[in-house]
Amino acid sequence: MLQMPDDVILQVTGLKKYFPIESGFLLKKVLGHVKAVDDVSFTVRKGKTLGLVGESGCGKTTIARTVIRAYDPTAGTILFRSRDGVVDMAKAEKKDLKRIRRDMQMIFQDPYSSLNPRMPIMEIVAEPMKAHGVPKSVYEERVAELLKLVGLRPEYMRRFPHSFSGGQRQRIGVARALALNPSLILADEPVSALDVSVQAQVLNLLLDLQEQLGLTYLFISHDLSVVRYLCDQVAVMYLGRIVEIADVDRLYENPTHPYTSALLGAVPDANPKASWRPHDVVKGEIGKATADIKGCAFAPRCPFAKPECLEQVPELISVDPVNPEAQKSACLFARELSLPGVSTA
Amino acid sequence: MNPKNILEVRDLVVKFKLSEGIVHAVNGVSYDVPEGKSIGIVGESGCGKTVSSYALNRLLPPYATLSGQILFRQQDGNIIDIAKLKPEGREIRAIRGRDIAMIFQEPMTSLSPVHTICNQISEALILFQGMTKKQARNRTIELLKLVGIPQAERRVDEYPFQFSGGMRQRAMIAMALARNPRVLIADEPTTALDVTLQAQVLSLIQDLQNRFNLSMILITHALGVVAHMVETVNIMYLGRIVETGPTMEIFEEPLHPYTQGLLQSIPKLTGRLGERVSSIPGSVPSAYDIPKGCPFEARCKHRMEICREEMPKPVTVGSEHTVYCHLYTGREAARDAANA
Repeated sequence: MLQMPDDVILQVTGLKKYFPIESGFLLKKVLGHVKAVDDVSFTVRKGKTLGLVGESGCGKTTIARTVIRAYDPTAGTILFRSRDGVVDMAKAEKKDLKRIRRDMQMIFQDPYSSLNPRMPIMEIVAEPMKAHGVPKSVYEERVAELLKLVGLRPEYMRRFPHSFSGGQRQRIGVARALALNPSLILADEPVSALDVSVQAQVLNLLLDLQEQLGLTYLFISHDLSVVRYLCDQVAVMYLGRIVEIADVDRLYENPTHPYTSALLGAVPDANPKASWRPHDVVKGEIGKATADIKGCAFAPRCPFAKPECLEQVPELISVDPVNPEAQKSACLFARELSLPGVSTA
Repeated sequence: MNPKNILEVRDLVVKFKLSEGIVHAVNGVSYDVPEGKSIGIVGESGCGKTVSSYALNRLLPPYATLSGQILFRQQDGNIIDIAKLKPEGREIRAIRGRDIAMIFQEPMTSLSPVHTICNQISEALILFQGMTKKQARNRTIELLKLVGIPQAERRVDEYPFQFSGGMRQRAMIAMALARNPRVLIADEPTTALDVTLQAQVLSLIQDLQNRFNLSMILITHALGVVAHMVETVNIMYLGRIVETGPTMEIFEEPLHPYTQGLLQSIPKLTGRLGERVSSIPGSVPSAYDIPKGCPFEARCKHRMEICREEMPKPVTVGSEHTVYCHLYTGREAARDAANA
């Protein structure tokens, strides 16, 4: 029997997901690999939210898809506490996956393409119950309950997706994810497609539901402002690796990885007086995930890079000897650099 | 026309006639673009911000009808009403090709996939500046260097698909600059980019705007971007401008309930875990059937009887701060009385 501390829902260790680059038609030849996720470890605790942030192509979505086993991992373990005990998602048999996934549901980014336009809301929200053999007689009551939970009127269950706005559709997506009482929700950019005034409604809904139902979230986002309100702990990813992971306030106020600091400086805050540092934002663009990088992947863009940064991949190590779990950074000079974060003044 | 303005838009109305009905995309919008300054047009999806700016270049589909005035001061000082031009005529084409340049949101769909970057940028140089092919090519390389594309001599012969998203957006900016425009319309220029690239491209636009004394109209949904990029902000809602004023005033003392709600609903980097962001209840009404009165009436917490009946008249509260809201009617008179 696999073991995990009682308060842990998900423990990912040494996760790798490489996609082969193939050529040819009949005789396929593997030319190399895209290292979408490369040696990633993290823990998500019960009732808490871990945020995965980073720019396009950093591997954050691949992690979520591998955790739910839409992709098979290349290496690593994914321990998950399901209602039948701790299982390793990385090794779970195909036949067991369906049962395990009752406890692990996803919310998607695009509320337009993630709801079937030909199904009434009733069927969309009841779909997970149907897939898991819940008796049909309870659908209507449960769907009504779920719709109320996400702030929609139960009468709406007869309507089709086209009669709802983006924000309402995202609420429907949340209701569907909650249908089977999952313990872990994987939310992949759930508010990115929404307008600001509506985005706030859905964010608040996610916070309320977490309080009411004790949900645990793995929250994936490129938007650092949104993450600040929702995540207890934040992991910053760059080219398939976590470069810094810390408690939310520490990460924003005292970043220890130059990339984290650059990201925070690049976000234009909606306050003309707030500091915005577009000029000292890192130069250049993200490298390729196919390359064999010997040293730190961020080194070519890093203003603080030294020759030793190109020698070896820096390990994710604790920067605080007193509270080692509070903040870890994959920078050789994490303890020496004094980097700007977000000032609360 | 005010001598300091390069563009003045007055009572602009754009409607789309579709089989489902008439879409009232822009319902009487007026604003000024002072020469050499930058203004922002901000609003959520469907508020008409993009349509109103496409109208300036007459880039609207044939089923669109347009009324109002778009006064543009030409290089020689003559004032021309763009709204009266034939949408495919020679005059508007000269303006499009030379005076008013645009940067679009999605660089992949707005660049031609079958022409090299060199071909696409030098087209305007050959057509409007009478350059030879060779001259145009050299100028293109200069422009690519100006917008920060490395190895410009080699990359000039590449196709857009060989460029990354950030590079494509830079190439599009180079294309816009090729005509030495006087007005630059940037429609969500960085929405498709990641934050570090967004910061790079925005600081490039800022830099070029200052260097070439461009008048800029920045269209975006991102209040964070306008906060740092423009001098004047126009807030749009359902085809109308509801508030306009200097950027600092709009952010520090928003007057319209919509502007207030919008600003409060933005998550900030300085937020707190678990804090609730205030949101605006409801959603934007359909543009097929626009209200007779204030467009924000249905979602407004301060709504009064009159709001449903009558579109509020502009109330100027600061030197350049104007709000369209019945809450402030009379305030102007009160102030004038106090001053008298």
